[in-house]
Amino acid sequence: MAYKNYILVCAGTACESNKGKALYEALEKEIKAAGIDAEAQLVKTGCFGFCEQGPIVKILPDESFYVKVGPKDAREIVHEHLVKGRTVDRLLYKEDKREGDPRSSDISFYRKQLRIVLRNCAVINPEIIDEYIARDGYAALEKALFDMTPDSVVQEILDSGLRGRGGAGFPTGRKWMFTKNTPADQKYIVCNADEGDPGAYMDRSVLEGDPHSVLEAMAIAGYTVGATKGFIYIRAEYPLAIERLNLAMKQAREYGLLGDNILGTDFSFDIEIRLGAGAFVCGEETALLASIEGNRGMPVPRPPFPAIKGLWGKPTVINNVETYANIPVIILKGSGWFNSIGTGTSKGTKVFALTGKISNSGLIEVPMGTTLREIIYDIGGGIPNGKKFKAAQTGGPSGGCITAEFLDTPIDYETLQEIGSMMGSGGMIVMDEDDCMVDVTKFYLEFTVDESCGKCAPCRIGGRTCYNILDRISKGQGEPEDLQKLKDLGHAMRKASLCGLGQTAPNPFMSTMKYFEEEYRAHIEDKKCPAGKCKDLLSYTIDEEKCIGCTACARKCPVSCISGEVKKLHVIDQSKCIKCGQCVTACKFDAVKKG
Amino acid sequence: MAKLTLDDLRKLRDEKKKAMSQRNAEGKRAEVIIGMGTCGIAAGAKTVFDAFLDEMQKADITDVTIKQTGCMGLCFSEPTVEVHCKDMPTVVYGNVDDQTARRIVREHLEGKSLVSDHIFDKPSTDIIKGAGK
Repeated sequence: MAYKNYILVCAGTACESNKGKALYEALEKEIKAAGIDAEAQLVKTGCFGFCEQGPIVKILPDESFYVKVGPKDAREIVHEHLVKGRTVDRLLYKEDKREGDPRSSDISFYRKQLRIVLRNCAVINPEIIDEYIARDGYAALEKALFDMTPDSVVQEILDSGLRGRGGAGFPTGRKWMFTKNTPADQKYIVCNADEGDPGAYMDRSVLEGDPHSVLEAMAIAGYTVGATKGFIYIRAEYPLAIERLNLAMKQAREYGLLGDNILGTDFSFDIEIRLGAGAFVCGEETALLASIEGNRGMPVPRPPFPAIKGLWGKPTVINNVETYANIPVIILKGSGWFNSIGTGTSKGTKVFALTGKISNSGLIEVPMGTTLREIIYDIGGGIPNGKKFKAAQTGGPSGGCITAEFLDTPIDYETLQEIGSMMGSGGMIVMDEDDCMVDVTKFYLEFTVDESCGKCAPCRIGGRTCYNILDRISKGQGEPEDLQKLKDLGHAMRKASLCGLGQTAPNPFMSTMKYFEEEYRAHIEDKKCPAGKCKDLLSYTIDEEKCIGCTACARKCPVSCISGEVKKLHVIDQSKCIKCGQCVTACKFDAVKKG
Repeated sequence: MAKLTLDDLRKLRDEKKKAMSQRNAEGKRAEVIIGMGTCGIAAGAKTVFDAFLDEMQKADITDVTIKQTGCMGLCFSEPTVEVHCKDMPTVVYGNVDDQTARRIVREHLEGKSLVSDHIFDKPSTDIIKGAGK
């Protein structure tokens, strides 16, 4: 007998870290206790993407979408919804402007999304291969093996227009073609799962929520180029993704979908996992390959490209997780279908990890060509607390900022580059008027300086010098010629660095200096931080008119630098103040001024 | 589990697809909503639910969703079943039992004709036999 109800519980890292596991166990217990375990199936799924509202529980076929569910809510969900058929209104996700209880498919967060890469995330249980198979899993591998030649697979990928989702956007079909056409006794397929951009977690979510899609795609790549061995290079900080990958590989091997003579053909292919120690530079493909070989993760100059001479000197296809996740769908639905989505030069969809000053932070997938406005306001729900949008940072530490004037630019590889940013792997950090661009830029540069492998001078020395200049500016010690110095150093780093890390490290400051020069000048010339972020340029004072002498601020001050008696004016000792801002929060009369 | 051949894989996929069809919210053409309040359950709504699932599986229908709801206030005619079908009037059936449920699957969902003798809420008098008497 089929089940009557399905309870989908998010088991992605974000929800699991928020009592998701306890919630799952509580639901399991309640379902058993209510005696309906034969009628209701509890399904552990991958990420719903709506992480802001997690942990998420979705009930099918009703499509009820419960948010911020805790273990203590399990009993009510089971007894009310499952047993009595009454939705638990207080847990339903409600949108401000709309009435009634929207079904999950009606929620604005999902309506503008098109989920190709995330097609199975939050739909299937990633730990059960049968559920993947039921969603046309391994049908693409089947089609490739039995109905297509390696040449026709390459042609299909070429025609689809799929480009690398790791950031650079190189046509995937061409990579495959190069490797296929290079004769060698051994070739390799590598999956780059060394996701390192701050705030980006799309690869992790795909691997946690739909690991088989990547395994299937790698096997298709193996068949296409003539490789029998694959490696997934994943950072050790993703334990859940690694666990699910290992389980998925085990199941695929048991079914004969990996291993020798797949589906009875003479094609054999198997995959191994290699754990990265979290060095950012290992996301760069040549450094990644060096790391797999057991060497120190340092890039080498290209060409030769890995497609010709890669792992252990053999032709190697190396693609990103998200790129692979697209492959099975393209093979099944055809290049024409995929090609019809997106813009002229960028086809398909892109997954973004929305974070920062945004109401609905989470994981989203939209067609290429969607505007930033649609992403931030329609899907993301806008900027919280009525603040003004200032910029969105894309491309991580290698990217740049998109300002308000480009809100309506359709996003694809080319347009982002034109406006001084880049697609990158898909991190998107939204900033509002309270964010200081010098401060944000300093954060990114600190990251790349820290992660530089130190092999080439432009990156090692140039990065450090630029960071020192930015640090000086943020402390009010900047000099007028600093901006020009930054520009010159940035150009040199772009031209002379060995790999992408150094070449793109200047992007954050080059882009913010272009769009927010005024803000830099305010720091340098007026020694002021307009956003009020840079501590050294801030001072807190107490307004004589407004202070009533309640002593609230003095009691909160951690360094006791506020003096004054009850019912008399209080004063902040500027020499002792550490600018923590606690007095501002403590004051109920708006008397403490920041400036 | 032994290694799969191409036929095994295809068979497994078809099987699992059917088993998971209730979980798939996309591409449904009809909705069957069963009243599962205390009154409905007492009158046998659970048996009715099972009958729907069973008969739909036998009839190979995968594009219909079966949902449950609370009490509609028609407690005297429980179990009640509401059927929304594309291009057909929305109908509420009353006093549905195992056999009626199976008839609804065969006649209403498959045959596109209403099971007139169990209709509670008349969609329109001219399409119900004996209405208005």
